[in-house]
Parts: sequence; structure tokens; C-alpha cells
Amino acid sequence: MNKLSIIIQREYLSRVRKKSFIIMTFLTPLLMVALIMVPLLLSTVKSGKTRLIAVNDESGQYVSRLQDSKSWQFVAIGEDISSLPAEKREDFYAWLSIRGNLADSTGQVRIYATRQIPMELSSEIRSQLEKMASEDKISSYRIPELAQILKEVYPTVRTENILWSDKADGQEVKTSSEISMVIGMVATMLIYIFIFAYGSMVMNGVVEEKSSRIVEIIVSSVKPFQLMMGKIVGIALVGLTQFILWVLLILLLSAVGLSAVGLPMDTLMSANLPQAGETMNVNLSQEALDGIQIIQSFNWTSLIIWFILFFLGGYLLYASLFAAIGGAVDNNEDSQQFTLAITIPVILALYIGIYGAMNPDGPLVFWSSFIPFFSPIVMMVRLPMGVPFWQIVLSFALLVITFLLCVKLAAKIYRTGILMYGKKVTYKDLWKWIRYKS
Amino acid sequence: MYYLETSHVVKQYSGHKALDDVSIQVHEGKIYGLLGPNGAGKSTLIRIINHITAPDSGQVIFNGRQMTAADMARIGYLPEERGLYKKMKVAEQAIYLARLKGMTRNDARESLRYWFDKFDIRAWADKKLGELSKGMQQKVQFIITVMHRPEFLIFDEPFSGFDPVNAQLIRNEILELKAQGATIMFSTHNMASVEEICDEIGLINRSRLVLQGDVDDIRESHRQGQYLVKVRRPADPQVGLQALDSQLYSWNSLVRSSHYWTWQLRREQQADIPAIFSQIAARFDIISFEELIPDMNEIFIKTVQNIQQQ
Repeated sequence: MNKLSIIIQREYLSRVRKKSFIIMTFLTPLLMVALIMVPLLLSTVKSGKTRLIAVNDESGQYVSRLQDSKSWQFVAIGEDISSLPAEKREDFYAWLSIRGNLADSTGQVRIYATRQIPMELSSEIRSQLEKMASEDKISSYRIPELAQILKEVYPTVRTENILWSDKADGQEVKTSSEISMVIGMVATMLIYIFIFAYGSMVMNGVVEEKSSRIVEIIVSSVKPFQLMMGKIVGIALVGLTQFILWVLLILLLSAVGLSAVGLPMDTLMSANLPQAGETMNVNLSQEALDGIQIIQSFNWTSLIIWFILFFLGGYLLYASLFAAIGGAVDNNEDSQQFTLAITIPVILALYIGIYGAMNPDGPLVFWSSFIPFFSPIVMMVRLPMGVPFWQIVLSFALLVITFLLCVKLAAKIYRTGILMYGKKVTYKDLWKWIRYKS
Repeated sequence: MYYLETSHVVKQYSGHKALDDVSIQVHEGKIYGLLGPNGAGKSTLIRIINHITAPDSGQVIFNGRQMTAADMARIGYLPEERGLYKKMKVAEQAIYLARLKGMTRNDARESLRYWFDKFDIRAWADKKLGELSKGMQQKVQFIITVMHRPEFLIFDEPFSGFDPVNAQLIRNEILELKAQGATIMFSTHNMASVEEICDEIGLINRSRLVLQGDVDDIRESHRQGQYLVKVRRPADPQVGLQALDSQLYSWNSLVRSSHYWTWQLRREQQADIPAIFSQIAARFDIISFEELIPDMNEIFIKTVQNIQQQ
């Protein structure tokens, strides 16, 4: 078997079998889905107990109109609450006192209780009373159908973004810049995290081999370049495995979660959503339908493929630099002076990406999406918004050329560095190593 | 034809020469000791032979032709700075490293079983290296050096870093590997080990090869006409130190004990040994009369000092 593939195999298996990798890979999607699903589920769970609220309404015009809910039940009483004897306070969960006329703002509402009053209760009471006061006020003007008129003063306006498709059928597709932005941001953050996490994994691996001195045994069997590339490729496969598992797990968990709520996945995937919704007896609001249609409108296959390609390109670029640093230093502490040089462009790219999500047509974002040290991160923001094909290909080609150059330079630093011990390496040394002839 | 030869190897590191025109010759089936003070360039030469670094000029010739990367599978190398993956299981990493040397997985497994049984360490196969004691780790390191059945073995300072028990074990294994036909090269500054097991040596000092050849040949050529004489103490108390004086030799380092006198003598250039012997025999009762052949340690120190004086 080819030596490179033996190295790749070890680098891959030794990491994939680690407990921390398995936990991270399976826990993260679970957490992400839980983050969305748990509030959904919790909102369907109501507290079983109905609490009694005593109401002393001096004017008598509100108490009868207070509406009970599952949680609260209002009971009219005649006693004055402010002079209630202490031993009776526990008879009700809370005591509500309404005085005066609420419609002309002279009224006074007080809620008494022996415990902290839940915000839910006070806001419930306030909104019910405000509504009554408002209704009373409107009817006090004695203008026929005033309530209806007021409602019509605030018409709702819905905007739809339509993307003219390049395809011959001229199909119009609803889009949403908000959703594009969210997808772009998520992809940007993901690539940023992957480049950092897996890039430094490469560096740590190299430092481990160098500081444990095993590197000398290995390079007596294989070329340093094979060892470096084996590590970089092996770890790239670890990253891809994690990414693919995340996508699959999130899809699976969402399917399970949605069908628990009553929305099977295949319904959402089907093109003919409204009818499917009807047959399933599920009432979807127009907004929800639109949202699902917009999510369907993205070309997910192409998004994911470009995501993976740009991830690989960006990762290879940065991982080779991380490998060179790992080879040059003796231990992780010494690596900081060099990692800074890598960290700056990555973080800069992230900032450009975040800024670009809000202003995707700006020149900064446009040009940055072609600069290889930025493009893997910045291009992710532009992709969901629609980027001309030639621009993606050009950007990717530039990235590939740069990482080939970087791998070459990194290999030179790595080759010399892994056999150097005890010397504090400077940028000047690195430059000297690059210029060594092979 | 030599088994391994370096021819005019030069290696330069940022301003200083690590190796300057070094040509060594190693015969097949022999143990070659590479000697020299620290920093002389031994490890650099070993790294060049191992294809870890390339010489600036000169070449390494193996079996009569230029050594290639493919030859590395036939070499077993124990670096001076030992080290393996701490977090990897012992058997797993031994098999991994053997596969990088070109062994198949099954061959590697079989060979590993042989060595684990031999060193009686089979129970550790599934332990992580970091969980083992230092002595155990050293055994594992040695096994990894030899498990792919190399015909040429290179040990950089094999006896340093090993505890005495393991050092003895390694010494015996080296001799056994030689008996099985392997050629062995090792670097050391432990001179006692050189005479014990080396057939040939090369002495490197300040980047240059200053002495090379068969161990016994070198010792013979460094003879200086020194002899050690041991006699019975003369019964007659009148016999004084003047009895030692002679035209044929000069003497020193006399030790007188209750029963014996021992001293060293250096013969004069024309004097022959039977004449010296009979002269002493006429005056004393000789117990032993032996020539002092310089050991490698003396030759080493003398050679290095001579060069430094020049």
C-alpha cells in the first residue's frame, strides 16, 4: 500500500476514534435541534393548575368582562383589598383591585400578593384592561363603525422578493434577503470555525510529532512532504466526516422533531405544498408556506458542493501554513508569534463576511471574495444571494493556485523545521529555509 | 566492494560546516562504531545515511550503487533522541511504523508477536505508550527499530538513555543480529562498548574523519613499546630501586606492595624484548610481563588532543 495512504489512514482513524470527536459530532446537532425544538415543545405544555385571582372592581364595569384562561380564573369579591386582614391573604393566589375609570386614565389598578407576581399574570391583566379601556373610549365618541375604521387605518403590506431565474423557462422564484443572509452567515461562521479548528489540529499534530521526536523515525521511512500532506489530508477527511454527519443528523433529527409536532418532512420537501398541507390536515399560515417555499427555492445541492469545495480550499491553504508553523517551533507556546500572522487574515475575513451579509453588493465584499486568504469565508456570504458562475469559478481557481503555492512553501519550512531543536525560530529563519534548495 | 560507503560528504549549516569531506567505509556483516566528541557531526552523518537530510555534496553508496529512498526499507534506525506517539497503542504504532517501512500488515503483526514474546512484553500490546514505564518504552523503541527485519541497522548512541539492564539486553541483541548476518553501525562516545563489540571504527572530530579502520589494527598501530612488569618483592632488603635501571628501557609508575612490585617500562628504540626480559629475570622473580596495547579511550583522547594542538 502507498505510504501516503497509510499516513492518511492513521491521521484519520486516530482522530475519528477519539471520544471527544464522537461526542462533538453527535452532540452538536442534537443541541442545535434541541435549541429550536425545545421552546416549540415547551410552548405546547401548559401548567396544569388554574389559579384563582380575587377581583375587587369598584366601578363594576370591568370584572364581568375579564376573561378566564387555562392558567387564571377571576372571581369577583366585594371586600376592599387594601384593608384585608393579614390572615385572609392566602385565600387567593393574587388580589386585583380596580378603582376609577380606566378609559380616561384616572383609574388605578393594583395587584396584591404574598409572593412575587409572575410577569405573565401582570401583563395578561394589563393587556385585558387596556383593551377594555380602549373599547370604552372608542364607543364614547359615538361614531358609528369607528372601531372598524381604526382597524383599516393600519393596512398590512406584504413584500415578496422575486428572483428572475437564469433558466430558460423564466420561472419566477420567491426569495428572501433575510433568509439568504442567515444562510450566508451560518456558512461563513461554519467555514471560519472549521478552518480554525482543523487548521490548529494540524499544527498540534505536527508539534506533537516533533516534540515527541518520532518525526525522525518517520522521515527515515517517508519523505517529509508525504508526512505533512498525509496529516493535512487525513485531518481534512475528519472535518468532512464531521460536516457530513452534522448535515445528515440535523436532517434526521429535524424530521423526527417535525413529525412529532405534526409536520412530516416529505410534506415540506414536496413541491406542491398547499395541497399537501390540506391533505395532512395541517393549517399552515401563509407566512409559513412562503418561508418553506423560499427555503426550497435555494439550490441546496450547489450551495453544499461549493461550501465543501471552498472549505477544502481554504482549509488546505491555512492548514499548510499551520503545518509549517508546527514544524518550525518546539512547542505550542512558541507557536503564538506565528499563528498571529494567520489569525489576522482569518478574523479579517470573518469581519468582512459579517459586514458583507448586510451589504452583499459592496466593493469590499466583491473584491475580498476573490482574494484567496479571504475568499473561502467571504464567498459563503455571497453564495446564497446568487453569484455569477464565472465569479465563483475564478475565485475558486485563484484559491487553488494559492494553496498549491502555499503547500510548496510550507513544505520547505516544514522539512527544515522538523529537524531543528532548541532554537527560537524567527521570521528571518523561515525565509532562509524557504530559499534552501532541495 | 564495501557494504556502505560515504564518499566526500559535505554538509553545511548556516555558516558552519557540520561535515567536511567525510568518507567512511563499512564492511558487510561487521559492527562499525562511529566515534567522536559531542557536536563532531556523528548525528548529521547518520541522518544523511538515513536520507533524513541531504548532503550538500558527496554521496552515499550502498551495495556499490548510489543509495535511494527505496533502500530505506532495508534500514532500521534508532535515533539518539528517542520518542514515539505517547497516546497511541503500542502494537498499533509498531505496526504503523513497520508498514511505513514497507511491511504488510500481516507480516508486521507476525514479527511483532515474535519480538513481544522474546522480550516478554505481550501484555502491553494494547496499552498506550505513555502508560508504560521508561524502561518498557525503551524496549518498544528497540523492537520498532528491528521489527521489519532490516539488514542494516543504525543506532545513534544506543547505550545512552537505556538503564543498565536494558543496555545489556540491547548489547546482546546487537550481537545476535550480527550473528544473523546484519551489518550494524552505531555512534557512541562510550569507549568501553567500542572495544567490546565493534569490529571497525571511524573517529570524527570537528566535522572531519580523523581515524578509521579495524579496531585491532588501530590499537596495534598505536603501540608505543610500553610494558607492564610484575615481579615478587626481592627477599634481600639491600636490593634498591637502582635494580630497575637499565640501558634498555626507562621505567615509571612503580607500585610496591608487601609481596609484589609492579612497574611500567618503555623500551628504548633498538632494544629487543628477549634482552629486556632476561635482564629483569636475572634480577627478579617475574610473575608477568605483558605489553600494554592502548585502549580506544586513550587513542581517542590522544588523537583528539593532537588535532586540537595543531
